[in-house]
Amino acid sequence: MGSSVTRFAAGLLAVTGAALLAADGPALAQSSVKIGYALSRTGPNAGGAAVTTLPNYEMWVKEVNAAGGLKLGDKRVPIEVVQYDDRSSAEEAARSLERLITQDKVDFILPPWGTGLNLAVGPILNKAGYPHLASTAVTDRAPELAKRWPNSFWLLGTSAGAANTLVDLLVKLRTEGKIGDTVAMVSVADGFGIDLSGAARPALAKANFKLAYDKTYPVGTQDLSPIVNEVKALNPDVFIAFSYPPDTLGITEQARIASFNPKIFYTGVGTAFPLFKQKFGANAQGVMGIGGWSGDSAPIKDYLARHKAASANGAEPDRWASAVTYASLQMLQQAIERVGKIDREAVIKDLQTGTFDTIIGKVKFENNLPTKYWWVGQWQDGEFYGVGPATNEGARTPVVPKPAWKAP
Amino acid sequence: MSAMRLAAALASCAGLTVLALLPMYVDAYYLALAIGLLQFTVLATAWGLFSGPTRYVSLATTAFFGVGAYTVAVLGELLSWPLVLLIATVIGALMAVIVGLSTLRLSGLHFVIFTFGLAELIRQLVIWYEVNKTRVLGRYVFVDITQKDIYWQLLVLAVAVFVIGWLIARSRLGFALRIIGEDETVAKHCGINVTVAKVTLFTISAVFMTLVGAIMAPRWTYIEPSIAFNATISFEVVIMALLGGAHRLWGPALGAIPLTLLFEFLAARFPTASTLIMGVIFLLIVYALPAGVVGLWDNFRRQWRPQRTGQGVKA
Repeated sequence: MGSSVTRFAAGLLAVTGAALLAADGPALAQSSVKIGYALSRTGPNAGGAAVTTLPNYEMWVKEVNAAGGLKLGDKRVPIEVVQYDDRSSAEEAARSLERLITQDKVDFILPPWGTGLNLAVGPILNKAGYPHLASTAVTDRAPELAKRWPNSFWLLGTSAGAANTLVDLLVKLRTEGKIGDTVAMVSVADGFGIDLSGAARPALAKANFKLAYDKTYPVGTQDLSPIVNEVKALNPDVFIAFSYPPDTLGITEQARIASFNPKIFYTGVGTAFPLFKQKFGANAQGVMGIGGWSGDSAPIKDYLARHKAASANGAEPDRWASAVTYASLQMLQQAIERVGKIDREAVIKDLQTGTFDTIIGKVKFENNLPTKYWWVGQWQDGEFYGVGPATNEGARTPVVPKPAWKAP
Repeated sequence: MSAMRLAAALASCAGLTVLALLPMYVDAYYLALAIGLLQFTVLATAWGLFSGPTRYVSLATTAFFGVGAYTVAVLGELLSWPLVLLIATVIGALMAVIVGLSTLRLSGLHFVIFTFGLAELIRQLVIWYEVNKTRVLGRYVFVDITQKDIYWQLLVLAVAVFVIGWLIARSRLGFALRIIGEDETVAKHCGINVTVAKVTLFTISAVFMTLVGAIMAPRWTYIEPSIAFNATISFEVVIMALLGGAHRLWGPALGAIPLTLLFEFLAARFPTASTLIMGVIFLLIVYALPAGVVGLWDNFRRQWRPQRTGQGVKA
């Protein structure tokens, strides 16, 4: 027994020893702005955080520090980062933020990735008076949350907004005689799919579309060919899939194999990912999906180039929340610099009332919500352009009907 | 001996008072840490209540925890808080009875696998119901409960789990369970109603887990199945109870407290490698401390206080 105790003690010693060695003393210099974040480095949220959130946080910090830091008054103060892994757990995210606030005493906090975690940390950031720029949360309660937590800003809007914009676009295309009125809709049985199909169903009915197919499939469904084949047999004009990235790829692949080529082919999260273009190449042409950006605008082109240069493997950003996330950092920076000192209350006030010059254009919040979103995008010649709302500046005309699938 | 008892009782009263007053003096971070400590102390002790004497390894913790959290998500804004907790208790108990009656005949590995599947089964049932009936997935919990309230509720629950555990160990039920743990066939021959005993204890243990889930839910504002039914909790609780030693009432707490602190330390110091280091520590625990901290303590006493009569059940 003695030996096993020794073994355990030795192991524990080794671990703590390593821990102490790595523990670098806190920099006491007043000459930095401490910015903290907890992102999902492990667990089910890790994929989304790694594509959309982390590269933008890192790139922004690098760029700001390369310019000498944040401009406070007449001097520039570099950013110092404190970061944690929330392990995709709401409890861990909450505790990490409490640690950032009371232990690390950071000056500002960047939000976690995803709807659930942003909601989990909402009350904490509100109570401690930190600005909360949620750029990866889609929730129908956004207006209510913004009222409840006046420090919070919900940049990605509501699922009702997404569904209604899509239906508006369909109505417009039908009026132009480009599509008929049969719609087939499938959705993933998880938050995103349920919220969006829940909003789209009444909107489609109100616009007198015929919903020929309306089913859900469980998260993680591997074989999507039965769904695609059933839908193909109904020969709809419009196919809508409120899907998650793996199913988005799976459904598109199955549709190509089955030569199911409706006039409008719309898939959910993941359509806007660079991975989609890599996988489908020329076959991405005409596919619609959630998100989109003003691909022709100079600031977006510049952002794309910088993002590619900044990431180690030349990774591109996704064409939905990435640009919004980066824009939220620009807003935070402009608000801090306009206030000119670390005064979180004043920064929140500036965010509520000010106008911001960002890569997604001029942004001014109304009741803590942006007034403009990209909800429908379409792959056109290798870029995922925003096509809806059609009234947005830089909106492209959708390519309808979608061109036929080519053999890969 | 009675003087020692008195001293112990006084000490625990003083300790409890200090713990009850703690939220007045610490900041949000230490309060959060204390909530984490209490949460895992209750979960691990409740786990040990059933799994210690019967030696069934249960991975169902998160199933009950999630049911508690979901009860709050569904009813939290509709009913008064005590009523919500009461309903969570009833649902947790009912579920435990059904699950207990249908599975406690399984033995060893079969039981482990079943309980692991149970959490997934319930999660899928909740998803199915939400998708097809209510058509919302992801619920918001806006109830008027502060972090301090959560702490105090957990503290009461922790006291309750220890008191009930202590009472059970002294009851006929506790004795029966120890015999079942040693040899189920012998227990049957002694005239013990094995099924009733096991199901009763499983239910008591499950109710505590359900209540922890219910009490914790307001901390997160938003509940969806993947948040409520997080399988990691089941594994963490098992490893904590194993580190502490599940065959004593206070054993699991001895594992829960240092491990929660260690996880916290790792998460703060090694944000990118904490999961990896945790895995190594789990291995170390199983490899070097098969009987847990309690086992070490028992060995220590055996070595230094030679031959006290019998094993003297000290719970």
